[in-house]
Amino acid sequence: MAADPHDAPASRAARLSTGVGIALALAAVVAVGRAQAGLLSGSSRLVAWTWFPDLGPSLAFHLDGLSALFVLLIGGIGALVLLYSSRYLHAHPDVVRGQIFLTLFMLSMLGLVLADDVILLFVFWELTTITSYLLIGFENEKPGARRAALQALLVTCSGGLALLVGLLLLAHVGGSFRISEWDVGVFTAHPFYPAILILVLLGAFTKSAQIPFHFWLPNAMAAPTPVSAYLHSATMVKAGVYLLARLQPTLGGTDAWFYTLTVVGAATALWGSLQALRQTDLKLALAQTTVMGLGILVLFLGSNSALAAKAAVTFLIVHALYKSALFLVVGIIDHASGTRDVTLLGGLGRAMPRTALAAGVAALSMAGLPPLLGFIGKELAYESALALAGWPFLLVTVLVLSNALVFAVALLVAYQPFWGPPPDPPRTLHPAPFAMLLGPLLIAGLGLAFGLAPSFTGHVLIEPAVSAVRGLPSPVSLSLWHGWNAPLALSLVTIVLGLGIYRLRAPLVAATGAIAARLPWTGDRAYDATLVGLQTLARIQTAVLQGGSLRGYLATSFATIVVAIGGVLAVHRAFAWPTGGESVPPTAWAVAVLILAGTAVASVTGSRLAAIAALGVVGVGVSLLFLIFSAPDVAMTQLMVETLFVVIASVALLRLPALRGPELRSRAGRTRDAALGLAVGSVVATLLLAVLTVPLDPMLGDWFVRQSVVEGHGRNVVNVILVDFRALDTLGEITVVAVAAMAAYALLKLAPPATRPKGDRR
Amino acid sequence: MEALLALLIGALVAASVYLMLSRHVVRFLFGLVLFSNAVNVLLLTAGRVRWGAPPLVPEGLEVPLEAVANPLPQALILTAIVIGFGLLAFALVLSVRGVDALGTADLDAMRAAEPRADAAAKEPR
Repeated sequence: MAADPHDAPASRAARLSTGVGIALALAAVVAVGRAQAGLLSGSSRLVAWTWFPDLGPSLAFHLDGLSALFVLLIGGIGALVLLYSSRYLHAHPDVVRGQIFLTLFMLSMLGLVLADDVILLFVFWELTTITSYLLIGFENEKPGARRAALQALLVTCSGGLALLVGLLLLAHVGGSFRISEWDVGVFTAHPFYPAILILVLLGAFTKSAQIPFHFWLPNAMAAPTPVSAYLHSATMVKAGVYLLARLQPTLGGTDAWFYTLTVVGAATALWGSLQALRQTDLKLALAQTTVMGLGILVLFLGSNSALAAKAAVTFLIVHALYKSALFLVVGIIDHASGTRDVTLLGGLGRAMPRTALAAGVAALSMAGLPPLLGFIGKELAYESALALAGWPFLLVTVLVLSNALVFAVALLVAYQPFWGPPPDPPRTLHPAPFAMLLGPLLIAGLGLAFGLAPSFTGHVLIEPAVSAVRGLPSPVSLSLWHGWNAPLALSLVTIVLGLGIYRLRAPLVAATGAIAARLPWTGDRAYDATLVGLQTLARIQTAVLQGGSLRGYLATSFATIVVAIGGVLAVHRAFAWPTGGESVPPTAWAVAVLILAGTAVASVTGSRLAAIAALGVVGVGVSLLFLIFSAPDVAMTQLMVETLFVVIASVALLRLPALRGPELRSRAGRTRDAALGLAVGSVVATLLLAVLTVPLDPMLGDWFVRQSVVEGHGRNVVNVILVDFRALDTLGEITVVAVAAMAAYALLKLAPPATRPKGDRR
Repeated sequence: MEALLALLIGALVAASVYLMLSRHVVRFLFGLVLFSNAVNVLLLTAGRVRWGAPPLVPEGLEVPLEAVANPLPQALILTAIVIGFGLLAFALVLSVRGVDALGTADLDAMRAAEPRADAAAKEPR
């Protein structure tokens, strides 16, 4: 048997990419940790470099309590995830690529939460979209992963475009690209406010997977588990939440903000928790609870009360910690046993006690049991929901139900695989290395430590962020024990309900599954339908705009000329007949008749030689016109070119099929083309007549006449223009003719004679 | 005088469009020739015409004594004639080769580069 690839030493590139990523993550954490002391006193740090000084955007970064909290989560969890994934992807041929993507993604997220300039923020926002696309599609040989990656990209990118417009409007109203320079009072009363709100919420809701854009997030599970752990806990999906929190002082406080966020958040929370219960794949179950968690966060950001902000920030930390820990645990289970299907798992606790411990502690926080931080978060949520104006009863019901469902999912993830009945036969296990265990143990432990030290957590971590979200100093003191009150009672109800749901899981899943199957459409199906529709539209558009027919293109171009120029002429009633000027010399009448006759013959004749002769007549007539109207040089050139044309065309056209034979155009087609021709001719003539009524500015022509001898030392003004004043243009002209000659030569001589298969004549 | 030229140009353009929309590649080329002529006369007319006064400076003078024709459109037309000839020569050769290679002079059947959507769909991928 071959050596286990998991035990092979890591390549140098893999170690280097991991090391650099972790070093960057830790550097961010340490730097912000050192600055945290200053943030506690309410100050914030700004740095800015010029970027586009003429346009306004600058490379401005802002570190306040909210950014700091996000940096700590992104950097801290990022370092552990990178360490974990260096082992998880150990045997994967593209481990280096994965680590680099993860690091780039982490840096994009850090930039996003630190950006003060809205353009900079948008750039980082889209960088997280692109890097997450690469991460979700990491297993790029699997069609499912590619589809999920593209779906995440398209959904979040379309939201991102809306966000860009929203941010530009914000910058316009705020008078600055810098968020920190805005006067937060001017936005909600501005006439642009509704547009800004809709655009910004589109960006935030697509990114943070709110209904109806929630469908991409569970599909993003196609990513490797450490990537999911990172995207779902502290990063990608929290970007929308971060944006809402960042803009709450600016856009919040209105009814529109409150009701939209509350309703969408509550619906998303309930939907996500219901979906989570139905999953047997542990990773999918966790993914659905992420949807629930995001809904809760959006819900609480809807209100601008201190309590709601406190609940939101606390739950943000709670969720980031338990979600990353549990995802990493599921990765270990998958790594060890080869499956994530909860129905095939059981009894792992004895063989993997440390994993079971991490899972247990994280799940207790998820379930909201004391003394973990999750308990404090849940109590705050209930307290805040009870205090919310509007319909507290409905909100509390939604929250209790969601939390009870999540309680059941926590049992499913942390109890069933470890302490449930072992499968028969038992699966062979592959022990996880310590590097993979460190992350979940440490993160789950933090959830416990933060819960045990509520005053530290409240004062150092949560207070600066709450103050930043609300835009004013908001003291926070947390405690585990709030006394016998309504939130505690609701907690007890949650636990009882959660246990009940866990016991009655099978019938509940069957019932919700039956309902879900009857839904007329889902987000996923709507997405597919949209893509199909877009492709159909593109096909129709291509067929119309690029039909591949030269005649079609010409007819479209000519018709456009008629409509555009003719339309303008008609609208301005620019029909004029130039008066004055010199009388027409009789020779000109004769030449005009000659030209018209030649044109008529060339248009209708069925003989090639007759057509060429007629065209020759037209050419000679035109050169006579030039001669009459004082252009001897032009006339001479025209005569030479015309002679050359008749000779060359006669030779070349003998190789082309005769005009006789079946008439290619139908009678109707000819009538239509003649009508279009007449229309174009009329438009050109009318345009020219209108132009002729406007006095000509003779300055340029006069200048050339006056300077011809003085500057150009030539008496033929036209020649002096061509070879002296505009000599470079003439050089260009010569170049064009040379290129045309070379191309024609190449076509005639260099290409081998076409060997066309018999029967391919069309 | 210019009005006559404007009408003449209109007639030339109408005939050239009619010919360029033809399905026969040779007629298309004829249309191209007529179109070049029409545009050249248009340039001359738009710069105003004058007869019997070519833009030449007599010996011994630095500027002509009397008003002469506008030299600028004439310079432009000279360039246009030469470029137009280059274009025509290339189009002619391209047509000859195209007819050789595709076996048809019907422009609607010359679709090697942009096949019909339904034809493309039928081809095996």
